[in-house]
Amino acid sequence: MSIKIIKNKCTGCSLCVKACPFAAISMVSKKAVIDYDKCTLCSACEESCNFDAIEIKREASKTPHLEEYKGVWVFGEQKRGAVQPVVYELLGKGRELADKLKTELCCVLLGKDVKDKAKELIHRGADKVYLIDAPELEHFLDEPYTNALVNLVRKYRPEILLCGATFIGRSLVSRVAVKLHTGLTADRTALDVDEKERFLLQTRPAFGGNIMATILSKNHRPQMATVRHKVFKESELDTTRKGEIIEETLSKSLYKSRTKILDIVEEVTSTVNLTEADIIVSGGRGIKAPENFAMIEELAKVLGGAVGSSRAAVDAGWIPYSHQVGQTGKTVCPKIYIACGISGQIQHLVGMQSADIIIAINQDPHAPIFGVATFGIVGDVFQVVPLLTRKFKEALNK
Amino acid sequence: MDYLLTEEQVMIRDLCREIVEEKIIPVRAELDESEEFPHDIVKVMKESDLFGVYIDEKYGGMGGGILDLCIVVEELSRGCAGIALAFAGTALGVDPILVAANDEQKERYLPRIVKGALCAYGITEPGAGSDASAIATTAKKDGDNYILNGTKCFITNGGEAEIYTIVAMTNKSKGARGASMFIVDADTPGFTYGKKEEKLGIRASATRELIFQDCKVPAKNLLGKEGQGFITAMKTFDMSRPGIGAQAVGIAQGALEAALQYSKERVQFGKPVSSFQGLQFMLADMATQVQAARALVYASARQIDAGVKDVTRTSSMAKMFASDVAMKVTTDAVQIFGGYGYIKEYPAEKFMRDAKITQIYEGTNQIQRSIIALDMIKKGF
Amino acid sequence: MNIIVCIKQVPDTTQVKIDPETNTLIREGVDSVINPFDMYAIEEGVRLKEKHGGKVSVLTMGPPQAESALKEAVSMGCDEAYLVSDRAFAGSDTLATGYTLAAAIKKIGEYDIIICGKQASDGDTAQVGPGIATQLDIPQATYVKKIEDVKEKTAVIERSTEEGFEILETSLPCLITVVKEINEPRIPSLKGRMAAKKLQIKTLNAIDLDTEEDRLGLTGSPTWVSKVFTPPARPRGEIYETEPEEATTKLVNELKDRILQ
Repeated sequence: MSIKIIKNKCTGCSLCVKACPFAAISMVSKKAVIDYDKCTLCSACEESCNFDAIEIKREASKTPHLEEYKGVWVFGEQKRGAVQPVVYELLGKGRELADKLKTELCCVLLGKDVKDKAKELIHRGADKVYLIDAPELEHFLDEPYTNALVNLVRKYRPEILLCGATFIGRSLVSRVAVKLHTGLTADRTALDVDEKERFLLQTRPAFGGNIMATILSKNHRPQMATVRHKVFKESELDTTRKGEIIEETLSKSLYKSRTKILDIVEEVTSTVNLTEADIIVSGGRGIKAPENFAMIEELAKVLGGAVGSSRAAVDAGWIPYSHQVGQTGKTVCPKIYIACGISGQIQHLVGMQSADIIIAINQDPHAPIFGVATFGIVGDVFQVVPLLTRKFKEALNK
Repeated sequence: MDYLLTEEQVMIRDLCREIVEEKIIPVRAELDESEEFPHDIVKVMKESDLFGVYIDEKYGGMGGGILDLCIVVEELSRGCAGIALAFAGTALGVDPILVAANDEQKERYLPRIVKGALCAYGITEPGAGSDASAIATTAKKDGDNYILNGTKCFITNGGEAEIYTIVAMTNKSKGARGASMFIVDADTPGFTYGKKEEKLGIRASATRELIFQDCKVPAKNLLGKEGQGFITAMKTFDMSRPGIGAQAVGIAQGALEAALQYSKERVQFGKPVSSFQGLQFMLADMATQVQAARALVYASARQIDAGVKDVTRTSSMAKMFASDVAMKVTTDAVQIFGGYGYIKEYPAEKFMRDAKITQIYEGTNQIQRSIIALDMIKKGF
Repeated sequence: MNIIVCIKQVPDTTQVKIDPETNTLIREGVDSVINPFDMYAIEEGVRLKEKHGGKVSVLTMGPPQAESALKEAVSMGCDEAYLVSDRAFAGSDTLATGYTLAAAIKKIGEYDIIICGKQASDGDTAQVGPGIATQLDIPQATYVKKIEDVKEKTAVIERSTEEGFEILETSLPCLITVVKEINEPRIPSLKGRMAAKKLQIKTLNAIDLDTEEDRLGLTGSPTWVSKVFTPPARPRGEIYETEPEEATTKLVNELKDRILQ
């Protein structure tokens, strides 16, 4: 690898200086100069240069028999026998990609006594389901799951493998990608394919969501990506769909795990899981006291949503950490996000700005939250929120 | 302004600023309201080695001096003067040990203090405030012990400290020359606490009565010799006054920063109020006074650290000037905040309440002026 | 017990401002800090040492200025610090990063537990921790919110899930990635800060690491960025500055149909 400026081509236009997200390029005597300590070889400058004056050399290795890899795969995550909703979303997107590439859509299902779920995956759009049904796979464990998925990939060679960016998904595919020595990208917000080159084009926000990066994996297969829940629409259920279920087995030694589950604890929460919620009502520093969260809960209840919060409210001890939205909390993308008394620090914004509709309620008209808001009300949260609750109650009961 | 701090002193300052930003500012209003002692923050101070900054490395400390101590007090007070007192009150209680303790006593107490055992200094009594020679608490020799009887009041860290340095009369007939200084452990039989005061400011600090009823203190806890208590107390005051000055500077700095910030955010007539000249002049005067006060406090601390013999006048000036500045600057800060300065939602009024005590304790500013004038009349310049 | 903590230096997002004209980040004058999640990893490593004895080695891969992150880790109580730095590592994606860090860990020597933050705040991939574990062929537990018990050959930990948590027993050596709930990072003490000032940081370059050249940096990275662009700015929303009564009525009218969907 290397990056260099081809001096006689550089016109000193400084487009690359503006394009560099890392402030690694400066102009010295009207020629671009790269600060190698800052440069991450992200290639934004190469892209921006109109004179081919920037050259990045990539001498990458290649997956052998690359052209033999065919088909789009989705990892069918299940917990206690229930297929996770993100899988249906991936099947929706996967169907679209597979159709574009004129190839098949397959789903991998690992678990114990989950055969009946394989049919469901076909009804949701899969052409084939690769199933390994074994007692050792009842609950997710990194090592046996990794071995199972790696073996299937080696045998059937998919060109694309998608997985939900869940706790399980992120742990699993990180291991799988290393074993397969292939590329993996995280938390895609947009996926597309280059039909001619058969590249998976994976776009995601970088650096707090203000720069978008499109990443691809030219020379390695499968092209792997994790996708957050709620980014894509669920595929339709069609019980007449037909498909093939291919059962596989794994040799005993591959089920070996150096970790074992002693207990699974489900924490009882009265509210909806934040990352699952379509509507989130969040409170921040402006809520002022723990008891005032009742007002937030009330609005959430009327809207059938979940309660979130900013870090300030969690740090003040007003609400547990599990409700925190933002950089050190949860990343959410609900249909509607209502921020009450939240100023909108960048750390909070990165956790919620991909919501479809953002509503900001804040006393300070200059609060940054209004910069991302679809609708905003400048006013006292203690007046506005109860009024909203009352009016929504009336409007929704009609 | 560059105060020419050493690398270590800058490190101490940075540490304190982190504690203020992360731990003190988020809770100061609440502790002020509830008058709760800041146990959690004291734990952080302990774990970050703050209590040892001015204590010899021989005892596990950092080996710094009064200037290091002042930096800590100033920076913590910038966040909350009440919380800072857990540290400053301890330093005050330790000063007599540094001034008068023998090696055995230092060996016994200083390592504990470095590890964060809180201390308190007990001289004031209901009938003996600025007039320290009117002390009524007595200590009577009884074999290997002294028996203490009497009541101390307004004692900072009272009830929270593990170690107390107490002035008591071993020979009442000799007046001030009959006073002696003792180290008293909190668990000594006969030693109890009286009422906890409700205060105007520094409300997160504990201010309490100490009651000694036939309290048996081992004779080996006598600091120096019998009759030297008053001298030790005076030397303690010389050492401790820059610390009060530092507290005042910290309060003033905190108020100034809050006022500056607010003046840039508050918009009236379509402009931030900081663009109005009347307010600019106030800010300029405040900043200049704070800087002058800090320069004097640091100079007096450096003088003590350098071993200058007669430091009384300068250290009185530092305490008196800095605390008057704190009162003036915090009052002006409230003014800049306007109506919001008068309500508890904003920090301005707390700084003003906290500032007042610095003009009163450790010798009122009237006493300081007397000390300065008398010293000058007697010795010239 | 030997503990290794892997950290990353990232831009301090608390200082990041957005240029309202271009809608891009203003990077000028932004300090670098330790990735917030790695602070919990450092704290947990130091707590394990305080409880069970042993030493904590901290390592980071990055440019020479990442030394300051290592010094901060040492000020919190880590004993040794390694900077994995070489021009050959530039442009590494998560696969190449995991490979390089695993090579560095082999070089450092024996270990019982490796601790990483759950993800870096600038990349959010959460892939490097598991990547290291896989390269080293050791078990892993991600999103750990509590270490219940550590014995000579095993550890019992609590791993977060969407619904709650699982209690896992893992053999040692293992790698864990930790979440915020696990602890509250300490403010470095004065003695820690002094120790950090004095400590010599060991630098490991590509030659020190015994690595295969074509697995490093951009060459060793299957993924690469083909395009970086500024997303279209979110259109300025509708902000009501009228009386609450009127504003809430308008808002409810705008939204009620979408909620009923």
